[in-house]
Amino acid sequence: MDLILHVWRQAGPTDRGQFVRYEAKGISEHASFLEMLDILNEDLIEKGEEPIAFDSDCREGICGMCGLVINRFPHGPQHGAATCQLHMRHFQDGDQIWIEPWRAKAFPVLKDLVVDRGAFDRILQVGGFISVRTGAAPDANAIPIRKEHADLSMDAASCIGCGACVAACPNASAMLFVSAKVGQLGLLPQGRPEHRERVLRMIAQHDEEGFGTCTNHGECHAVCPKEISLDFIARMNRDLFGSALAASSL
Amino acid sequence: MELDPKVPSGPIHQKWDQRKFELKLVNPANKRKYDIIVVGSGLAGAAAAASLGELGYNVKCFCYQDSARRAHSIAAQGGINAAKNYQNDGDSIWRLFFDTVKGGDFRSREANVYRLAQVSNNIIDQCVAQGVPFAREYGGLLDNRSFGGAQVSRTFYARGQTGQQLLLGAYQALMKQVGLGTVEMFTRSEMLDIVLIDGHAKGIVVRDMVTGEVTSHAAHAVVLATGGYSRVFFLSTNAMGCNVTAAWRAHRRGAAFANPCFTQIHPTCIPSSGDYQSKLTLMSESLRNDGRIWVPQQAGEARVANDIPEGERDYYLERLYPSFGNLTPRDIASRRAKEVVDEGRGVGELRNGVFLDFRDAISRLGKGVIEERYGNLFEMYERITGENPYQVPMRIYPAPHYTMGGLWVDYNLESTIPGLYVLGEANFSDHGANRLGASALMQGLADGYFVIPYTIADYLARVGPARTDVQHPAFDDVKREVMGRNAMLLNVNGRRTVDSFHRELGQIVWDSCGMARNRQGLERALQEIPVLRERFWKEVRVPGNGEELNQSLEKAGRVADFMELAELMCRDALYREESCGGHFREESQTEEGEAKRDDERFTHVAAWEWTGPDSEPRLHKEPLTFEHVPLSQRSYK
Repeated sequence: MDLILHVWRQAGPTDRGQFVRYEAKGISEHASFLEMLDILNEDLIEKGEEPIAFDSDCREGICGMCGLVINRFPHGPQHGAATCQLHMRHFQDGDQIWIEPWRAKAFPVLKDLVVDRGAFDRILQVGGFISVRTGAAPDANAIPIRKEHADLSMDAASCIGCGACVAACPNASAMLFVSAKVGQLGLLPQGRPEHRERVLRMIAQHDEEGFGTCTNHGECHAVCPKEISLDFIARMNRDLFGSALAASSL
Repeated sequence: MELDPKVPSGPIHQKWDQRKFELKLVNPANKRKYDIIVVGSGLAGAAAAASLGELGYNVKCFCYQDSARRAHSIAAQGGINAAKNYQNDGDSIWRLFFDTVKGGDFRSREANVYRLAQVSNNIIDQCVAQGVPFAREYGGLLDNRSFGGAQVSRTFYARGQTGQQLLLGAYQALMKQVGLGTVEMFTRSEMLDIVLIDGHAKGIVVRDMVTGEVTSHAAHAVVLATGGYSRVFFLSTNAMGCNVTAAWRAHRRGAAFANPCFTQIHPTCIPSSGDYQSKLTLMSESLRNDGRIWVPQQAGEARVANDIPEGERDYYLERLYPSFGNLTPRDIASRRAKEVVDEGRGVGELRNGVFLDFRDAISRLGKGVIEERYGNLFEMYERITGENPYQVPMRIYPAPHYTMGGLWVDYNLESTIPGLYVLGEANFSDHGANRLGASALMQGLADGYFVIPYTIADYLARVGPARTDVQHPAFDDVKREVMGRNAMLLNVNGRRTVDSFHRELGQIVWDSCGMARNRQGLERALQEIPVLRERFWKEVRVPGNGEELNQSLEKAGRVADFMELAELMCRDALYREESCGGHFREESQTEEGEAKRDDERFTHVAAWEWTGPDSEPRLHKEPLTFEHVPLSQRSYK
């Protein structure tokens, strides 16, 4: 198939950036979306032009490195999948495709389609963990955990930290990301001792990084490649309320 | 160069305790006076950096991804082994040790493997305490499954995302230390060389992949946890960025490279769909529990799978290995698949796969059961291929997956460069010639959490706290070399892209040093690779400049190193005139066409010393002795 691409090109963080039109010709429907961009890049290099910079690594939907806004949707038209899992059979010959980076104040563009998601790391650094010294752990079966809780914790833990939730949110909020980690750790008995501080600290850091607040649009869930449930945001809001009360009564 | 494995004396089950007692300690108040560099943030790197930071050392951790959480350990699906014996099915440290030595086809070091089995239990405890949501039973205790043909259920798992969950556990421990200031994290940073002073590793030179700035970092010791080199084949299950550069640069500076030809080709991957293919996707091996593998009896079969009658199908694994059938080990399943495809009996548009058919399992167990067991895998398959495996058989083909070879390390995980430690897939030590399923995660975390924190202290205590100044001329020299090399790559200004060279190299290595190797093919590759390398340096085109985010430049540096590694792999494969584990030398097979080991000549590690770009590497041998697991030939008939 032949396609018309409009790709966001931006030389660096301070450059204004603009859409540039390209033609991709003879693309197989079996190629992945990123392979289609690889083909285009090979052509560009051979023509002496600069290839398009975009992030990807595992190319099987688990590392969270890739992320493009394709025709206005983070990760493109397919549900429950990352950009790297999108194949060209979802498009038709002659389609026009608009490709942009994640757009959010907290995710500055580094070049073309590559953004800086360091804010996610910094949110984790203030509380997204369970403190356990290496070697200090009790036997793994010492603490039984209800299967329902373990399963729900795993649902939350499947977040790949790609940032699509932020890119989709009209407020550029990262509440789905934060609530997934808070939910995962808070559902487990090991995570309870630090739970209240974790909620307060991670949300404070989230706000400081410049992410917006959640106003329940649900766009994040709609684009999440791991289909993380909005319930985790509700759960975190309840935890936040409890933690704030507890902190004020100390 | 001398290879001293430094295995402790005493009975095997006391060796690690013995060594831990022998090792010197660093006083808690003095730890902050020592700096450690950790390169890589996968299971081994993140676990090491977090644990060392927690002990109080100053740690700098580097990764090329935009976050430590994205290292390729994250893609491991199946699970992690441990000798907990929670299932009461007869497992023990001894049995895990025994299985791993035997699985490695007697080419690993017994003492290392025993230690791995010993600390496997601590790993599970550690991960559970960190909040890794392993699968559980209704009673609330941990669930296990049997994996990769093991006769006990010793594999812990978190759905099909075990690697992800273990890595996130280690990553979170690492982030905690970053928050506390004991670890400084450098993301989008690629190590391009190592700096030696008086023969000791004292630092690294790194390129900031956003600004292009090349900087030096000094430390008391350097830890490499930079993963495997399957991307030498271009197409593999590894991530796009996985590379050998850190390990290769260390090799060029004096670290011996051991058994480079030992690579693992995974039998159940989705075949390539065209020449634009950028990587291959692994489908969990568990599919072989219920799927039947077959190809048409006739070469050039034109009918679609469901139109081929039963009598004209060749269930070749069931035919050749009646007792193991579709569950034969990875190397055999891979090799046999290649054979039938080479005979022209391959399936799919490009005739480059074999069928993995669930028709019989669906009619026996019902679609519901199959969906419950493999639903997510079927969905993944359909997403990639556009075919519904409930209706037509899957197509699979082997793909490079894991590299058992790597930098040579002694029992303390120290390379032949003093002060340079190598962990995880990047070293060679624990898997011999073949790695068992669910053992890669175990080794990465064992090295990072439970070995390096002890062994590195001994080295640090011996060298003392005096810091190396990054202004030392040795750093300037290496930095100049690194920048010169980047400039050379940028200035070639030829006509071909980096990827086109990488693909060509991958094809040569795949054809000659893939699932089956022979003298003729390897000798041809040893002529072709230097020619290709020369053309690379004359004809490659790397656009842009070095002072910016330049993905072509990143790739070019990595491919240049793969070109050199490929030659060493072929040389090692040529030297090893035996078949063992994942290494099948066609000249060394039994009458039935099975792998034939040559214990008399090859019960040793082949460790290669770099002697310069235009001279042959020097071979050193570390003899292997098997005192506890008697040498025996595998049989899966």
